[in-house]
Amino acid sequence: MFVSTEDATPSFKGFTLILPAVSVGNVGQLAVDLVISTLNMPKVGHFHTDCLIPMVGNDPYSSSEQVSTNAEVYLHSDLKLAVLQIRSPVLQNKVKSFRKLLVSWIKSSGFFRTVLLSSSHAYQRDDQQLEGSALRYLLSPALQDVGDTLRELGWAELEKVSAFPGINDSEKRLYIPGGGVTKGLYSDCCAESVPLAVVLLFCSEGDNVPDAFTLTNHLNDWLHLLEKSPQGSTPWRAPSSWRLLFGSGIPPLLF
Amino acid sequence: MATFFGEVLSVYSRAVEEDEYDDLEDENEEDAQIRREIEEKREVRVRWCPEVSESVGSSEQLQCSNLIIAVGPNAAGFISAYVLRSENWTQVGWVSLWNERSRGSNRPDTAPQPGEPGCVIYRQNSCPSVLICQCTCYIAEDQLFQWAEKVLGSMQRRSLSVTVLSDAPLAEYKVPDYLSGGDAPFLRALKTITYTSTLPCPLLEQPNIITGLPAAVLSHCQVQRIPAVLFQCFTDVIHPDSVTMETYKPILSCLGTSVKLETCLSVETLQKLTRIHDAQSNLYT
Repeated sequence: MFVSTEDATPSFKGFTLILPAVSVGNVGQLAVDLVISTLNMPKVGHFHTDCLIPMVGNDPYSSSEQVSTNAEVYLHSDLKLAVLQIRSPVLQNKVKSFRKLLVSWIKSSGFFRTVLLSSSHAYQRDDQQLEGSALRYLLSPALQDVGDTLRELGWAELEKVSAFPGINDSEKRLYIPGGGVTKGLYSDCCAESVPLAVVLLFCSEGDNVPDAFTLTNHLNDWLHLLEKSPQGSTPWRAPSSWRLLFGSGIPPLLF
Repeated sequence: MATFFGEVLSVYSRAVEEDEYDDLEDENEEDAQIRREIEEKREVRVRWCPEVSESVGSSEQLQCSNLIIAVGPNAAGFISAYVLRSENWTQVGWVSLWNERSRGSNRPDTAPQPGEPGCVIYRQNSCPSVLICQCTCYIAEDQLFQWAEKVLGSMQRRSLSVTVLSDAPLAEYKVPDYLSGGDAPFLRALKTITYTSTLPCPLLEQPNIITGLPAAVLSHCQVQRIPAVLFQCFTDVIHPDSVTMETYKPILSCLGTSVKLETCLSVETLQKLTRIHDAQSNLYT
């Protein structure tokens, strides 16, 4: 549950919430890191729960020497933006509880809309999906009015897959392999009339930093969090904790 | 994904499991019952010795000004050899838990024997608000949060200060210039926002992170605003080793002002702890 760093709980009423799903390539989490780091968002609280694997480290966005935990909330009052960063995996037997916890916090905080950043296995795409943009979106019924804006941006809605492939194509279902809690959370939000937008990227494991930039750029096209530079690129700033993503320096004696 | 010999390797993700969680959606009464029973079996419980449970009283909370938690064989060994002298410390409780790797509770109502893996709590006789908890058993990921909540929840929060000692392999320490290994073992610290004492070693640099029991304890303390500090010792030796244990010595000065610890090295204890890992037989001797 949310525990404020100050004595008073900040008000989230009318704010947009961005949160990542722990998904293939950790793209959602990397994208959220970019948002927090570039917008210099101050931390306002911890999301203290037994559903995530515990983890601590020093402040990933600066050298403030403040300890950071596995799930924290950051705020940008001017943009009316709140961001929940999730830094460790959800425990296998706590997935359902975690989804319930998230939905109940979103509802009780009064967020205007929620954006879930996620990803899905690129190798599971069908022939149609192999062409064109790797970006897809999903909207819960409570947020359907945004659909026109997203389609004007050239975004494609995530296609449903056949429930019984090869047998008949009449029954379709949602399939987000590698998406972690994405599908479950989306279903829960649909059922509870929570305005949720899922923005996901097809990707594979590897160096997912470019995928994170792609996802944040698309997000920015919709939410206008940052001004684009005259050259057309958006000046996202990678946090200092992104060093050594693939391990320590190489021992010189190896060669 | 195909390799160049034509084998097909399954693609995996380091972030998520392959299986969808659909099966958890259709849980019937029997599944729910089994799940409840497993959860109960995996519950973490703090057990006090009879004489202490009386003084804990109805509030269920023990008076504590300083709690020292040692996680891992070298941290626990340091505490045993340098701090725990049988005359001045009494065992007052233990934490009982069960998981696939720590099947300790064949006798859930009895404390672990010396030498058995477990989490044992000692209290200083001369100053009963100082407690030490030595953890030498494996605590599963789903039990870590509960462990921190229950153990720290059983102490009175007012004026509580927590110190955690923990071992970590040097291979997990990320640094731009490769460490020659001559620098190990060394200490790094992480502290909560309310901890203000000076530290005898540098803070843990980015992008290193801490997981496991030390992370669960520090997270709990940070959220509950309890002053806490973690000392992580990075070592390149997997077994209990006297040089690694000695690396923890500077933290005693850190505790020194509020806690009076008689830091007399017990050489016999040190030898006993490190001897078991000498090579029994060697092709060359």
